[in-house]
Amino acid sequence: MFSTLSNTPVERFYTQEDISDLDYDRDLGIPGEFPFTRGVYPEMYRERLWTQRQVAGFGTAEETNKRLLFLNQSGQTGLNIVPDTPTIYGYDSDHPLSDGEVGKEGVAIDTYQDMADLFKGIDLEQVSCSIIYNYPILFTMYLALARERGIPFENLAGTLQNDVFTVIAGAKAWIAPPQGTLKLATDVLEYTTHYMPRWNPVSLVGYHYREAGCTAVEEMAFTIAAGIGYIESALQRGLNVDQFGPRLSFFFDAHNDFFEEISKFRAARRLWARILRERYKAKDPRSMMLRFHVQTAGCSLTAQQPLVNIIRTTIQALAAVLGGTQSLHTNSYDEAMALPSEEAVVLALRTQQVISNESGITNTIDPLGGSYFVEALTNRLEKDGSELIEKIDKLGGMLKAVETGWVQRRIADSSLDYQRKVERGERKIVGVNCYVLDEKVKIELLKVEKELEEKQKERLFHFKAKRNEKETKKSLMILEEVLRKDKNSIESTIDAVLVGATTGEIADLYRKVFGHYVQPSL
Amino acid sequence: MTGNKKVRILIAKPGLDGHDRGALMISRVLRDEGFEVVYTGIHQTPEMIVQAAIQEGVDAIGISILSGAHMSIFPKVIELMKAENINEITLFGGGIIPEEEKLVLKDLGVREIFGPGTPTAEIIKAIREALGDKK
Repeated sequence: MFSTLSNTPVERFYTQEDISDLDYDRDLGIPGEFPFTRGVYPEMYRERLWTQRQVAGFGTAEETNKRLLFLNQSGQTGLNIVPDTPTIYGYDSDHPLSDGEVGKEGVAIDTYQDMADLFKGIDLEQVSCSIIYNYPILFTMYLALARERGIPFENLAGTLQNDVFTVIAGAKAWIAPPQGTLKLATDVLEYTTHYMPRWNPVSLVGYHYREAGCTAVEEMAFTIAAGIGYIESALQRGLNVDQFGPRLSFFFDAHNDFFEEISKFRAARRLWARILRERYKAKDPRSMMLRFHVQTAGCSLTAQQPLVNIIRTTIQALAAVLGGTQSLHTNSYDEAMALPSEEAVVLALRTQQVISNESGITNTIDPLGGSYFVEALTNRLEKDGSELIEKIDKLGGMLKAVETGWVQRRIADSSLDYQRKVERGERKIVGVNCYVLDEKVKIELLKVEKELEEKQKERLFHFKAKRNEKETKKSLMILEEVLRKDKNSIESTIDAVLVGATTGEIADLYRKVFGHYVQPSL
Repeated sequence: MTGNKKVRILIAKPGLDGHDRGALMISRVLRDEGFEVVYTGIHQTPEMIVQAAIQEGVDAIGISILSGAHMSIFPKVIELMKAENINEITLFGGGIIPEEEKLVLKDLGVREIFGPGTPTAEIIKAIREALGDKK
């Protein structure tokens, strides 16, 4: 039996019969027009390539700044920052829980001074910045930096991940419980809707669910259901769907099943467009455009024969481009074992550059449009995805579905199913269950030394010594008041950050006001 | 005297890292194989892990760690196990741990560390052998 990674059966060959219901105008349309199946823009890569946006983050702001400058010099066209786990969970580098973790999975950001050092030598008005963070804290530090540099907020282009659903069920990276997190996320959305027309206040993440082991159908459905959850929350605040719709953005995985991934992106665009127009009565076509970033599948990388990962990443990047992505991060070959070395990350970037400059793929939009197989698969994914979204609606929506653990259990089931198939040899992984070598892998891995943790703690110590304690405490008291009164917290958080409030101090307030969250047992 | 007593294993995720795909998967695979598995969930401190191991009366602890903090976490767990006098519990590890550091940790007392791509059959065999030794 032949099937995709989502267990969708694949036929021997496809013909017109398989897509006899397809209506070009209704189901495909012209690129840049409803239902956007073929692409969100009329010109796509002929006018502007996808943004080449490599994730960067390790050690302290100084190390990551060097990496950012290096990547910019190497030709990347957008920034993509990932903070370390203490920062993600709202603990300063000197907190006992941060011990051993500072700068290991991302860059340590305790204060807006760290943010300033992170972007030394980088003109924030010239480049868009994606911040992989799900609470206002780092966003307000970025704004604080912009304010200090005299940059009007409306000139800033970028994205804050800000996705409550992945916080609970995908990335599992919470500071506050679901309701509190959603309130804070909507604060950001409301703020940018009014003041920052070039900023995406949310990046609805499918990537983490996929990396945790779910199928392409589940990835797509969970993400779109999350989008629906956001729309509902914003509508409850009295916003009109066309006010914020155009700035909702998405973040998908690009996994190995080449045609399934391409079809997934096309199906997602069509599904979203239909939902926004029919269910939410959006009038502005930009609200119906599913714009997305892609990261190639980290979970597909192997520690065995690591150079082979370059081939996997290339296939996955091709799928993302043929699927019409707006932004792309390509993984490095050493990432099954460490954060990327300089050598590895350049090669990953070159992958995108060869595709865009040498392959000819970008000469026309949606080159696979009209393929019997791709159109049949797109239809199938849209149908399967719709059914799953309906199921989530019946459960009470995506927030309920993640609060009860339904999404997490579903992901764990798919993950187990995949693992069993790998171990039975039904899913082949080169170097792991076939073409295995008895090898001693010898590559230079990036090391994040313990000294960097000490260095960061010292930085924090000196920063706190220099700040005006009274001002800081006062600003935190004001912020707490704002949070308790359920007002929009962004301005008060910027104020607090500017007088030295730290990540941990603000996160502590969130925990104080909204409570601690413990994941329900699966 | 192996008898019919089921082997009890604690699967734990220490530190701040939330990537639990592997831990969830191995918990279920071990359960299907007839082990009694207690999964701690994420965000466990070394203290919490050792206390859980004592309370649950486990034969083995499996620590899943991908965050790079393993050279901090494992020694702490081992130290606490010594202090609580539970050295008869076998300690295993899984996740992202470079080869040289694997050797250091094994010297410190971790019985076996299973890296990415290790077939679960291999893990099960290793656990059975290790616990067979102890009995």
